[in-house]
Amino acid sequence: MSERKCTLSVLVENTPGALARIAGLFSGRGFNIDSLNVAETLDPTLSHLTLVTRGDEQIIEQIIKQLRRLIDVYKVVDVTEEGDYVEREMALIKVRAEKENREEIMRICEIFRCKIVDVSPKTYVIEVTGDQNKLQAVIELLKPMGIKELVRTGTIAMKREKKSI
Amino acid sequence: MGKVMTGARMVIEALQKEGVEVIFGYPGGAVIDIYDELYKTEGVHHVLVRHEQGAAHAADGFARSTGKVGVALVTSGPGATNTVTGIATAYMDSIPIVVLTGQVPTKLIGNDAFQEVDTTGITRPITKHNFLVKKIEDLPRILKSAFYIAKTGRPGPVLIDIPKDIQQAKGEFNYPEEIHLRSYNPVYEPHLKQIERAYQILEKAERPVFLIGGGVISSGAHEEVLELAEKLNLPITMTLMGLGSFPGDHPQSLGMLGMHGTYFANMAVANCDVLLAVGARFDDRVTGRVDAFAPMAKIIHIDIDPTSIQKNVKVDVPIVGDCKRSLQRLLEIVKAVSKPKKYWQERFKEWWEQIEIWRKRYPLSYKYDPNIIKPQFVIEKLYELTKGEAIICTEVGQNQMWTAQFYKFKKPRTLITSGGLGTMGFGFPAAIGAQMGNPNKLVIDIAGDGSIQMNIQEMATAMQERLPIKIIILNNGYLGMVRQWQELFYERRYSQVKMAVQPDFVKLAEAYGAYGMRITKPDEVEPALKKILETKTLCVLDVIIAPEEGVFPMVPAGKATTEMILV
Repeated sequence: MSERKCTLSVLVENTPGALARIAGLFSGRGFNIDSLNVAETLDPTLSHLTLVTRGDEQIIEQIIKQLRRLIDVYKVVDVTEEGDYVEREMALIKVRAEKENREEIMRICEIFRCKIVDVSPKTYVIEVTGDQNKLQAVIELLKPMGIKELVRTGTIAMKREKKSI
Repeated sequence: MGKVMTGARMVIEALQKEGVEVIFGYPGGAVIDIYDELYKTEGVHHVLVRHEQGAAHAADGFARSTGKVGVALVTSGPGATNTVTGIATAYMDSIPIVVLTGQVPTKLIGNDAFQEVDTTGITRPITKHNFLVKKIEDLPRILKSAFYIAKTGRPGPVLIDIPKDIQQAKGEFNYPEEIHLRSYNPVYEPHLKQIERAYQILEKAERPVFLIGGGVISSGAHEEVLELAEKLNLPITMTLMGLGSFPGDHPQSLGMLGMHGTYFANMAVANCDVLLAVGARFDDRVTGRVDAFAPMAKIIHIDIDPTSIQKNVKVDVPIVGDCKRSLQRLLEIVKAVSKPKKYWQERFKEWWEQIEIWRKRYPLSYKYDPNIIKPQFVIEKLYELTKGEAIICTEVGQNQMWTAQFYKFKKPRTLITSGGLGTMGFGFPAAIGAQMGNPNKLVIDIAGDGSIQMNIQEMATAMQERLPIKIIILNNGYLGMVRQWQELFYERRYSQVKMAVQPDFVKLAEAYGAYGMRITKPDEVEPALKKILETKTLCVLDVIIAPEEGVFPMVPAGKATTEMILV
């Protein structure tokens, strides 16, 4: 069976230990986590977790079932299942910005609609938002300039509303 | 407005609300307040074990034998860590227990305080759920939730870690009559469409096998199993955990399947065209090599835990639901369609003939020897003398497998054994729990000379409670199951399995004030068993058995279940 990437949206009780339970489930059962993002929801008693994982269909089915089995997990949705979803990730990139390449960096930022959020005599901090491919593209282009620091948020995702004809 | 009381008092009140009459525990600094309340309480009997592992196993044995929730109470730090094996044992076999652990005061948590350990962190992967109580207001709800979670859905152990200051703090005791947890809603009712599909497949079956596991016992579905098996004339086989849920002496019983299952059960499963599996999780000891397991079969799988379905084997008709209710729904269809009994007899006639050929070819057997005691002979004699009615606990290893093979369990909750985790040292403390829960029943622990030494300190507990448990040690001087593997797969390199020094088990029994007896000859077996069965105190019968007797049939690990090594 072929592997696929799977983005899960998990609503979980906002209790101490809930995140440890989920992380422990993945390590204990040998599942992969590519990225993990946790934040509050509109309801402060629930946290929202976006988890990117990989596996064949049987493994993904097990991951979803095992998550649902945890007492603290309220809801699990496979965002990627039907293919119609939006996915975003943000990165902050501190790149060497000397006289000779400042122009070039700004051009890249313009093309990819990035923001320069901090400027120092020798560096820029660039904020970039988009799907993973876009982030990867920006990173590749900036690499030759010298990336000093890179921080990524991990993916967040949402299903698109069903369109009525 | 609830009554105002301390956290420690709330624990006791909750136990009484839950109908808990007996708990197993060991005091310590972080639970003194609860023990102080216990001292003032009538109606909750505390069994003082000699090691906290014993408390967890005893609570487990109590739960397995009664169907109620077992409760253990221990202190922080080492008290809690000593229960870990017991909790994991209960978790693997889905046994409802509640473990109450003391914890250092909330202010000290994280400071590496004396007898501090991250109990909820350590037990997270081996509990169905656990709680660390941080506010006195939460305690009543947490206590209620713990019992509710432990016994509903797929049962399992729940741990509550209670810091000492919470035990001392005062709060209102509002114990909820009922509890609803928005994130926990076990499914009991099966999907009727799926039940119909299951019936249609069964109706067209030519070579069906009915496979039942521990879920049948925990959901109390044994009557439905019997009715369905008899109505449809189905051959039936059990996992280790399922033994007792169908009468072992019934003509339709093929006994246990799997690594040490019967030849005919394994052959039937390997050749069946429909496998109806209920409350079983297709453990590797049951399936052997997975791709060779029931290769021709359409598999119908009923289980309350969705994660058990499609985990190890591919299933054609998955049914999530309580075993009892699902079988009731299936029986409703069977009754509505109302095919005459003859239909099913005719339909599976050839299949049964084939099974009887297998059964005759290799029945469960062993070579009787007039000079040395064969362990199987001991179990057979015990079965005869107790008429299959005793509660039998086992340790783990050869003693466990011989018991599973040769004691024909007739009723559910009469075999108390660590199936999933395979915990040596489980049987005897579990027997203490079983005897506490069943004071009028005969409780026997079948042990090996290795296993019994793992929790032998509990003899004092049994004596203190005046429990007339019978320990039968099948003493071969070896860690017999490992020795058997070394004999078969490691060219008889018996690495570290010979227990060259052993206590004198008879004298040891006497030292604890129990009755001890040793036998070495086959003709002593029956009189000795009679003697201990009549004795109204803790007994240890040390049975010197053939040292290199093996457990057969045996499916080597990772092989197909048809590749059995026979005697």
